[in-house]
Amino acid sequence: MNAISIQGLHKSFGPVEVLRGIDLEVRYGEVVCVIGPSGSGKSTLLRCVNLLEEPSHGSIHVGGVEITDPDCDIDRVRRRIGMVFQQFNLFGHLTVRDNLTIAQRRVLRRSRAEANRVAMENLDRVGLTAKADAYPAQLSGGQQQRAAIARSLAMGPELMLFDEPTSALDPELVGEVLAVMRGLVADGMTMMVVTHEMSFAREVADRVVFMDGGVLVESGPPADVLGAPREARTREFLHRVLEPTRVSEEEIEAHHPA
Amino acid sequence: MAQLVEPAPAAEDAPPPRRRLGRRQRRRLVRGVQYLVFIAAVLTVALAADWGRLADAFFRLDIARSMFPDVVLVALRNTVIYTLLAFAFGLALGMVLALMRLSSVAPYRWAATGYVELFRGLPALLVLFMVGYGIPLAFPEREIPGGVYGSVMIGLGLTAAAYMAETIRAGIQAVPKGQMEAARTLGMSYTWAMISIILPQAFRIVIPPLTNEIVLLTKDTSLAYVLGVTAGTIELTKFSGDVLNQRVNPTPLVVAGLLYLAITLPLSQLVRRLELRAARAR
Repeated sequence: MNAISIQGLHKSFGPVEVLRGIDLEVRYGEVVCVIGPSGSGKSTLLRCVNLLEEPSHGSIHVGGVEITDPDCDIDRVRRRIGMVFQQFNLFGHLTVRDNLTIAQRRVLRRSRAEANRVAMENLDRVGLTAKADAYPAQLSGGQQQRAAIARSLAMGPELMLFDEPTSALDPELVGEVLAVMRGLVADGMTMMVVTHEMSFAREVADRVVFMDGGVLVESGPPADVLGAPREARTREFLHRVLEPTRVSEEEIEAHHPA
Repeated sequence: MAQLVEPAPAAEDAPPPRRRLGRRQRRRLVRGVQYLVFIAAVLTVALAADWGRLADAFFRLDIARSMFPDVVLVALRNTVIYTLLAFAFGLALGMVLALMRLSSVAPYRWAATGYVELFRGLPALLVLFMVGYGIPLAFPEREIPGGVYGSVMIGLGLTAAAYMAETIRAGIQAVPKGQMEAARTLGMSYTWAMISIILPQAFRIVIPPLTNEIVLLTKDTSLAYVLGVTAGTIELTKFSGDVLNQRVNPTPLVVAGLLYLAITLPLSQLVRRLELRAARAR
């Protein structure tokens, strides 16, 4: 049984078809990085996995449970799926500690002491025990994102989804968040990561998936997809991302005809 | 466009500059004129008014003194009670209406929108009338609990609810969408996420406008007289109106006005503080 199993996934927003038939399996313990140009549907794909977006067609199984079944208790399934957002989305009216305990207490029905113990464990894991009683607005972006990761971990998820976790951060704060994520990889967490951090993908991913125009274009070990891409679209994307200063005006016009 | 050319150094034999005011002098002159106009306006009013007759009419200390302590112990107290009752009722109903407007069930949205449009468009006086005389006609066996208190609470609260519903709805919508998403991904139900994550943050946003609503309601309680208040349920405006009729002197209005200000000025000040604090937190 796979952690995530996606078959024939389509998603439209009104007349716009964002996902046009995605098939993807993620095994337990696997780290899959999803890369691709903006608008390629990679975030939508990730958001379909915990039903933040309702798929138009196709089926998704998470841990053997079909979440696309209308009778599926999605709140139950979501407890097992952690999610980290680009904009952190910490609860602004609560301290970091309460951000970590509120769902443990309300959803998992843990006692106050138990929830607090788990919260502090996970804050320790992301190096934020000193900030337990701070409010999110008092933290830097990197600290907020680490707290958000700890909040997800406190629920004891089987797998974690990351939606461009470092894209909203100042460059000097990216490293601390990636370090925390690397720690999760080392602990064997199943992870699906939408990212623009190619070096991170190359280093930690078991598999890199390149998406463009709502389909999976290429998928394989990072050395293959990032090192020796088979598809022209992948090559062009990597060229632009890895060597932005080398992209010429002619190349841009060739791919975006007026 | 800024010119990058260096200004030519003033030559010895250049003609003397025209007698024009410098920028600083001109600014000073303009400000001086503004002060002068203001002082002239104040002086004109102060000199033209007949202060002696004004004092005789509006500031008769003996009449003012005769109003105490009832004007505070009964009238002011009732004004505050009416305000708080109407506010509580309006807040509860406004909350329900706001959630209805955001509901995914279309008839709820229509009903809430219809209510808000209707009650924002009607004068509070009219609504109070209809509650005070319409409800007893419609349900002859039953009485509105609390008598005049209950009628004022509902009569003013119905209108206040329409305004507060819009304020609260705006507050809920001002909470970023990601907050709900984050709560849901942690396994919280929609209802729990609304109660424990969205509403607390929405209320912080709407506390200043809701406090403003209290200020408005305080003044609207002066309409309670249409329900035929008694000596026990009388509020500030009716109380001072009665004294005015007895003594044929408008001093009571000044007393009432000062007492209204005693409530509303601190509240307005509070609103300003809260707004400043909210602006700093952002």
